Amino acid sequence: MADALLSGLRAYGLIAGMWIRSTMAYRASFVMTVLGNFAVTSFDFITILLMFSHVDALGGYTLGEIAFLYGASGTAFGLADLVMGSMNRLGRRVRDGTLDTLLVRPVPVLAQVAADQFALRRLGRITQGLLVFGYGVLVLDIEWTPLRVMLVPLMLLSGAAIFSALYVAGAAFQFWAQDASEVQNSFTYGGNTLLQYPPTLFAKDLVRGVTFVVPLAFVNWLPALYVLGRPYPLDLPQWLAFLPPVVAAVCCWLAALAWRVGLRSYRSTGS
Amino acid sequence: MRLYAVVAAGGFRRYATYRMATAAGVFTNTVFGFIMAYTYTALWDERPQLGGYDLSQALTYVWLGQALLMTCAMMGGGFEDELMERIRTGDIAIDLYRPADLQMWWLSGDLGRAAFHLMGRGIVPMALGALAFDLALPSSPLTWLAFLVSVALGVVVSFAVRFLVALSAFWLMDGAGVMQICWLAGLFFSGMLLPLNLFPGTLGEVARALPWSSLLQVPADVFLGKRTGWGLVQAYAFQGGWALALLAAGRALQTAATRRVVVQGG
Amino acid sequence: MDLAEGDFMDFIELDDVEKVFDVRRKTGRLRRGKHQVRAVDGISFRVARGEMVGYIGPNGAGKSTTIKMLTGILTPSGGRLRVAGIDPSRERTRLAKRIGVVFGQRTTLWWDLPLKDSYRLVHRMYRIPDKRFRENLDRCVELLDLAELLEVPVRQLSLGQRMRGDIAAALLHDPEVLYLDEPTIGLDVISKAKVRDFLRDLNTERATTVLLTTHDLTDIEQLCKRVMVIDHGRLMYDGALAGLHEVGESERTLVVDLECELPPIVLDSARTVKVEGPRQWLAFPASQSAAPLVAALADAYPLVDLSVREPDIEAVIAKMYAERPGM
Repeated sequence: MADALLSGLRAYGLIAGMWIRSTMAYRASFVMTVLGNFAVTSFDFITILLMFSHVDALGGYTLGEIAFLYGASGTAFGLADLVMGSMNRLGRRVRDGTLDTLLVRPVPVLAQVAADQFALRRLGRITQGLLVFGYGVLVLDIEWTPLRVMLVPLMLLSGAAIFSALYVAGAAFQFWAQDASEVQNSFTYGGNTLLQYPPTLFAKDLVRGVTFVVPLAFVNWLPALYVLGRPYPLDLPQWLAFLPPVVAAVCCWLAALAWRVGLRSYRSTGS
Repeated sequence: MRLYAVVAAGGFRRYATYRMATAAGVFTNTVFGFIMAYTYTALWDERPQLGGYDLSQALTYVWLGQALLMTCAMMGGGFEDELMERIRTGDIAIDLYRPADLQMWWLSGDLGRAAFHLMGRGIVPMALGALAFDLALPSSPLTWLAFLVSVALGVVVSFAVRFLVALSAFWLMDGAGVMQICWLAGLFFSGMLLPLNLFPGTLGEVARALPWSSLLQVPADVFLGKRTGWGLVQAYAFQGGWALALLAAGRALQTAATRRVVVQGG
Repeated sequence: MDLAEGDFMDFIELDDVEKVFDVRRKTGRLRRGKHQVRAVDGISFRVARGEMVGYIGPNGAGKSTTIKMLTGILTPSGGRLRVAGIDPSRERTRLAKRIGVVFGQRTTLWWDLPLKDSYRLVHRMYRIPDKRFRENLDRCVELLDLAELLEVPVRQLSLGQRMRGDIAAALLHDPEVLYLDEPTIGLDVISKAKVRDFLRDLNTERATTVLLTTHDLTDIEQLCKRVMVIDHGRLMYDGALAGLHEVGESERTLVVDLECELPPIVLDSARTVKVEGPRQWLAFPASQSAAPLVAALADAYPLVDLSVREPDIEAVIAKMYAERPGM
């Protein structure tokens, strides 16, 4: 298990390196896609700014607080997208048969699929997320305690792991439904969009769903609301704010399981 | 003309085969529709009558956006990737010797695709949205008809923009960057993220005058009954004008590109 | 087939191997029925170390399914399968270091990078000792004529050059067996000859076992002493090429796309063998030029597109088993 992990990480590094060199073959286009990626994600936030040109608060939250939520989710999602973003191409690889070329190599398939089309342009999203997060931290008057300070990096990394697990689980689903990469987008991109806004905007049932079923709320809502000193719309104990690493670990474990089952099914049905 | 009808039917069928993809897409449209509907509700709770819409009109706008996202290909719609790939690999030379016009050929295919996406990806999210929220649906069949005409014009404008961008691959080694910026503009300036009448000052005026407003803002205003009588004629003229101008630009670029291919010998 | 059971030289062993797929088919407007397809229906054979075997059959006969089971991509539904004493489906990664695979239509080379970069990745991914890697690369470069191509981005290589590059990539880690799927498809005559020469040398000098699927009879004639024919998932023939029936004059096929669906085309110089919507297949003698036929067609029918298909091994097999139903 540890061997497979190390070998997977090494293979990921090798393949990602090759992709970086490939992208550099088209330098002008690379620069444009980095800017494009930054701009795509920025337009998201510009929309929020435009909303705030008409109002002072949304769902009881100020622009600074929403920037804090937005930046936390955007950074976590950006990290996951950088590392695992290619997983949603799995269905395509199954359909066109190129997955088979990965299966005859002596390194884990998951690492190969994840590193495929590795694109540094995705750094644009992380940069934008961090900038907005920084803006939120600057304009807000957060009462920083050691616990709150510690929770910030924990939140960003656990959030990235939760989104990564969603990418892998979504890819595993594509072993059965090859054309369903859009379903994955609902949870990854859709989840990110949802988390950019405060939970008070949404119906209670929806909030329950993303807390207990697909635990997106642990990416930023629960920990960020603790840092902001805001109550969570569901009546939950406060220590849940510190649970993201545990939730992330469980998600990754379940995703790995789903991946193994999916790959095994592919190898027995071949389609 | 019959040839183009065949190509259009082919475009329709091609997307109709992917049932799973369609179902998955409907799911995604619905998820995004819900998220946006809740944020708009919060916004209109604070400021009723914002942008001249009441809440139910604003919510209708959200679901129209989801229904037209694929139809008007606001985030890109498939043919441009393929066309660029053909230019990159040189297969385009074959297309140029076909007894059909390149632009008309791809336009027909894209119209077929749009027709499928309107039915396959448009109706279900709209219906689900109408079930979950109180939407302002037009009562007059004429409004529905006027809306469909506006959507058709929007599709042509969207095609014309993407055709122009795809042809840039003749001059750029790899057009992915230009394409991405084109999608981006489509997403933002169509009004997909926020209605253009909420854009303040000059930004709003510019956004409403750009071709992309034909993709969602104009059809949505027709649907919501904001454009009737002379206003409707103006809306059509705006969309039609952009469509013609962009198609003509595409044609000029196509001629230049053809010359280039012929000179290079394919 | 009649190699001694348990021969210690047996490198590839298949005993009654089966692969059954569940296929969903539309049976009504909305209903979908499930039914089983036996892609490989009980195949047994042995390949000794150092043998070079042609594996042929029509499309969909089970060739690539067999190769996928041999490489560990697919798990057999039944029977026993061993390559170098390893069960491929259980120890895919371990086996991967000992086998080389070339998928004719899918390059594993890096499109935008110089050819040598792809080899550098293989070097590190397979953890090939430096000295070994350099020796193998030098040898491949010399025999496959790659010296001038190493610095060239793969996208600028011709099909033949790319195939040679792919074969080299599959051999750098000293595989004991090489699987080749259509190694000469689409290549010009000179490239084909180069690839064949190389494979022959590889087989004699290194005793690398080679299993190749192909549509090109000449590949088999020039390379393989032994040929296996598979059809409908079963082994129909296993022996020398000479044992296959002599084939009569072969035919080429002209695939015609019409503007609309029309009744079968009637022409003196060809016969219509298949109609599918607006697409029709016309067979004509291989010795005859296609040009007058195309001219005659264009005069009388609304053409959208056309292409010519060369006679291939599939046609030979089809003729060989013409009496079998269900072809």
